[in-house]
Amino acid sequence: MAIPLLAQLVNVLAAFLLLIAFAMLSQRRVLTLIKLLAWQGAALATSTAIVAWSTGQTHLYYSALITVLLKVILIPWVLHRLIDRLFVRWDIETLINIPTTMLIGIGLVIFAFALATPISQMATTLTRSTLGIALASVLLSFLMMIVRQKAVPQVIGFLAMENGLFFAATSATYGMPLVVELGVALDVLVGTFIFGIFFFHIRERFDSLDIRHMEKLKED
Amino acid sequence: MEIALVLGVPLLGALLLALAGHRSWAPELNATMSFATFFATTLLTARVIAGGTMVWLDERFIVDPSNVLLVALAGLLREQFFVDPFNVFLVALTAFVGFTTALFSRPYMRTEQDHGRVNPARLRLYHSMYQLFTFTMLLCLLSNNVGVMWVAMEGATLSTVLLVSLYRTPASLEAAWKYFILCSVGLAQALFGTILLYFAAEKVLGPGGTALLWTHLHQVRGQLEPTVLSLAFVFLLVGYGTKVGLVPLHNWLPDAHAEGPTPISAVLSGLLLNVALYAVVRSKVLVDGALGRNFSGGLMMGFGLLSVVVAAFFLSRQRDIKRMFAYSSVEHMGIMTFAFGMGGAVAAFAGLLHMTVHSLTKSAIFFTVGHASQAAGTQNMDSIRGLIQTSPTLGWGLVLGSLAILGLPPFGVFTSEFMVLTTAMHEHSWATPFLLVALVVAFASIFGRVQPMVFGETTAQRLPRGPALVPVFAHLAIVLALGLYIPPYLVGWYRQAAALIG
Repeated sequence: MAIPLLAQLVNVLAAFLLLIAFAMLSQRRVLTLIKLLAWQGAALATSTAIVAWSTGQTHLYYSALITVLLKVILIPWVLHRLIDRLFVRWDIETLINIPTTMLIGIGLVIFAFALATPISQMATTLTRSTLGIALASVLLSFLMMIVRQKAVPQVIGFLAMENGLFFAATSATYGMPLVVELGVALDVLVGTFIFGIFFFHIRERFDSLDIRHMEKLKED
Repeated sequence: MEIALVLGVPLLGALLLALAGHRSWAPELNATMSFATFFATTLLTARVIAGGTMVWLDERFIVDPSNVLLVALAGLLREQFFVDPFNVFLVALTAFVGFTTALFSRPYMRTEQDHGRVNPARLRLYHSMYQLFTFTMLLCLLSNNVGVMWVAMEGATLSTVLLVSLYRTPASLEAAWKYFILCSVGLAQALFGTILLYFAAEKVLGPGGTALLWTHLHQVRGQLEPTVLSLAFVFLLVGYGTKVGLVPLHNWLPDAHAEGPTPISAVLSGLLLNVALYAVVRSKVLVDGALGRNFSGGLMMGFGLLSVVVAAFFLSRQRDIKRMFAYSSVEHMGIMTFAFGMGGAVAAFAGLLHMTVHSLTKSAIFFTVGHASQAAGTQNMDSIRGLIQTSPTLGWGLVLGSLAILGLPPFGVFTSEFMVLTTAMHEHSWATPFLLVALVVAFASIFGRVQPMVFGETTAQRLPRGPALVPVFAHLAIVLALGLYIPPYLVGWYRQAAALIG
């Protein structure tokens, strides 16, 4: 009876992940966004560890450990430092108002579930029902990147998307081989640092991190 | 062992140039490392000509079983790399163009430094990232593991993004940001596709390392779950397709080409797009095994044709010379995607040949364009006039390169485009008018633009340093030679590769 209970726990965490994705969509403050990202990472790491424990897949423990180090501690800390140095704690304007964004988000979740259902029926993993949620959180992060006009929230959206993808990997297949997960983690880490360097360059040039300054290159 | 050399040399180069990339002799070191990489790939090529397809590493790697480190390494890297007819010529091509571009970059970047557009610190970044970029592309091509292939592709984005913004102008920062965000999001889709592929493969091959190894996947491709694979292919095509620059995912491409330093435009256009298309085609082979050719072929033909047509019309409206040739790259990537989408021995052969000749021609064009815009002091085509008066060889290089890319016989581009067109007429006659119209529009607009830039009264100044024209004419000579005669072993590879992917 232990396994169904654990599966339920994973489902609860998956729901938590989706909830955070929605919270990010509606959140205007950058600091809170970073906190939400850290919480999302924590939920991801916990669910990975639970899957690892219940299935005996030891490499998932490493994956969970990497997630904790990278996505709960290091990246939020780096982002925090960055916005402290760049003074970008201000509220964010969104392209579409928040209630509309939420409605589009709900539509995306339905779409994600419709897309994932045939696949999760084929899965043999005990966490298969969460694949739809993983896809939904990927799409919601995608939406967030589209509607936000500032550089930092776009990056947070990107990192949240990466979280969704990792969750998809653990829920559908008990995780990718370790070599690949390490490589992906390395890419995410390097990417975050490059984003950080970028913020300074953009600030230096435009005196703002507003992406609207960067819409000069268009076809006439 | 040759594979270790091919991958190790550029990695070592990246390290060395990270330490010494700002010195006055760094451009020479960069060229030397690129030449060493090219030399390593010729060794690898010779090995493949002699011994055929190979997967690296296997038990033979453990020469001394008591060496714990060696055994551990062999366990970790077991069968992680492979060389077959499809990737061997791309590896050689990548290393060759990487080397010639490094030669071109010597006088080019020195002139940029004289103009005050880069400083020693940025040159260090430039040289180190140039080598790292070569490494990621070669890793992507040689990796047998589709997951590692994805990691290398993302690595290629990461290593070039700071090069696009090297000049730190507002336009270059905007271009680099666009490049970074669009390609990262695109590649995130490809990662989801890879996860789905692994999910399907794991059922057949069992969990663990082998379920992502391409050679294993290829063996069981008929048993993979079709529903999952069709979804996986859509994600993979959209993801890697962003990097190929397929319309409507091409937005980053003209900006990144126009605003970055010209050597980077040359390698982005000539090499990175090829590598991304390689990833798409590798995925296609697996999906075709489970679903038959129609599904993936139809999608690729649609994307390809759309890219050809849209790029041809955008191309006619450009004022910036590098943007114009960037759109021409989108057009040619569209032709290749269309060719691979049609499938079959002839079309796949044409696609592979087109990959080779486009890469050589387009990088040669970017070399001349780089020098031309340095001489004229602008990238605006209305202000570049009469190149042939200040530097005849440069002018002729641009004319010949443009004629070659426009598909004029006897250049190799003509051969491949002709094969694509005739196959299209036979099998998908509805597509022929679109292709022909696009080719004519591209011809008219590029030729109409290039002609006044080369002939007529000059506005350009003499370049303080002699332009690097050896790479230009070397590339064009190879393209011309490939139009007249293709060496038998190359035909053999193309045929085998075409049989593999057709």
